[in-house]
Amino acid sequence: MGNKILQNAQYKLKEERMNMADDADRRRKFWAFSVVGIMLIISLWYYRVNPIYMYIIAYAWFGFAYGILLQWGRFCFASAWRDLFAIGVTRMFVGIMVAMGVFSVIMAVLAANQLSTFHPGPLGIHELVGGLIFGLGMVLAGGCASGTLYKTGEGNGTSMLALLAISFSQAIFVDAQGWFDKLLRGYIFPQPKFTLAEKFFGKGLSLGEYFIANSIINTIIPTLIFLSLAYWFVARKGIVRRIIEKKAATLPADGGDVKLGLKDELYGFWQMITASKRTTLAGILIGIIAGIHVMAMQSLRDKFGIENFGQALVKLGFVEEVSRRGTVFDPGYWYITTQEAQVGAWVLEKFGWNMKDNIYFGVMNGIPEPWHNPALLMSIGIILGAAAIALLNKEFKFKAPTKELAVWGILGGTLMGLGARIALGCNIGAFYIRVAGGDPGGWLFFLGMGGGALASVKFLNWWTERQLKEEDFDIDIEIE
Amino acid sequence: MKVKKLEDGVYQLDVKGYVCPHPQLYTMKTLQKLKSGDVLEVLFDNPSSEESITALCDKEGHEIIEKRSDGGTFVYRIKKA
Repeated sequence: MGNKILQNAQYKLKEERMNMADDADRRRKFWAFSVVGIMLIISLWYYRVNPIYMYIIAYAWFGFAYGILLQWGRFCFASAWRDLFAIGVTRMFVGIMVAMGVFSVIMAVLAANQLSTFHPGPLGIHELVGGLIFGLGMVLAGGCASGTLYKTGEGNGTSMLALLAISFSQAIFVDAQGWFDKLLRGYIFPQPKFTLAEKFFGKGLSLGEYFIANSIINTIIPTLIFLSLAYWFVARKGIVRRIIEKKAATLPADGGDVKLGLKDELYGFWQMITASKRTTLAGILIGIIAGIHVMAMQSLRDKFGIENFGQALVKLGFVEEVSRRGTVFDPGYWYITTQEAQVGAWVLEKFGWNMKDNIYFGVMNGIPEPWHNPALLMSIGIILGAAAIALLNKEFKFKAPTKELAVWGILGGTLMGLGARIALGCNIGAFYIRVAGGDPGGWLFFLGMGGGALASVKFLNWWTERQLKEEDFDIDIEIE
Repeated sequence: MKVKKLEDGVYQLDVKGYVCPHPQLYTMKTLQKLKSGDVLEVLFDNPSSEESITALCDKEGHEIIEKRSDGGTFVYRIKKA
């Protein structure tokens, strides 16, 4: 009798738990679809106000697609270098190389058909220095510039702090004491700007010329070199162990040595590329979306007869929002950090700062209202896309930062902001887009990023070792 | 971060609330301190650590004997090689 009552109670408890889980599932799905619904309603409303706003709404939806892919593929440029150094994992290093290779081919096709919005940046040591500072910051903050956005969409409080730090550190740095103006005028602006295709073949080029110079020489060959180094020095050990185990099992009982040939090494290399199918597939899809994005923005520019959204804002009467050149930040491709700096500047202006008495905001990028800011709508799209997919996959969870992580988030975000400004971009604008567009300067940023990541990994290794010693589980055992 | 012994040869590492790279770094360092055949149960809620921990185990030859996730929290049971 007693047993039966207990069984019934247990059954009811189990049923209640299952119902609660179902309710939570329904709530998550409701919020995921609400995010999409709200974006659709806002898009239609923008269109109703003025069809030219479709231009900036396109940014928002490409951002949404990036957000989905970044979160689903756990695609973070910080982990490319960091996991390589910290735990010997090549997963994300492979992912970004694949994404860049795919994107570079699409970029060559777009450039040959005058459908590319890409312009090379100044090539100089500032890329290496900026990359180094950025790399230090991204490992501390737990994510790169794009990673910080998608992790914000997952409910990660540390990333939200890092995002605020990126925004305000950039805004303050470019405005304070005129340092950044001096750096721009005195060093960065005079540096040469070119793509390899222009350097080798001049102007008005064919697809073949763009493909050979920008895609093959500037992107795919260096990518293969980096991947080969990652294979040889990091991934090979584990992969070769498995190949030897497999071969040893087929050897006769009296033994014999297992020999490895070139075929085995190539097989091992392929094993590294396909080790994380999700990451590699995300890399391919990100490359394709980034290419379509470039093409779509150029087509919209042609359709609306503008080269920069600032021209549209001036026509609509929003003269205060554009720079002295009549422009706003409107890259025409995937970009992360400048729009964050603009938000920082927009807030600081509300507190009485004059943020337009500098080259960066005053002459180049302007400070549009957030709802008129093309690239900012892309960043909001990234956060919402990541939130929607995380909710659907039961991975959304609000995580308030601990004091320790808050320190790392703010410090890391500040360093990322400073590094991004010095290099004129982050892991996307100064590396991914630049390299795939045929600009060799992107590789300087990548190398700098690696150096910074290595230093931060060494610090975090020391720090986590110290924390683990305090948790000495061989002595202080707590048995449940 | 908390590490505790659940029973002989079975330990639990709780890194909920941590972001990259802490969950994968603590997992690697804790596994290094265990004996071959010991089991480590890792609790984490940073989704991107999922792929990194899986890749780490794959590389080192550790076996992930159980994967569970609920409401944004992941539980991996890893048998050390």
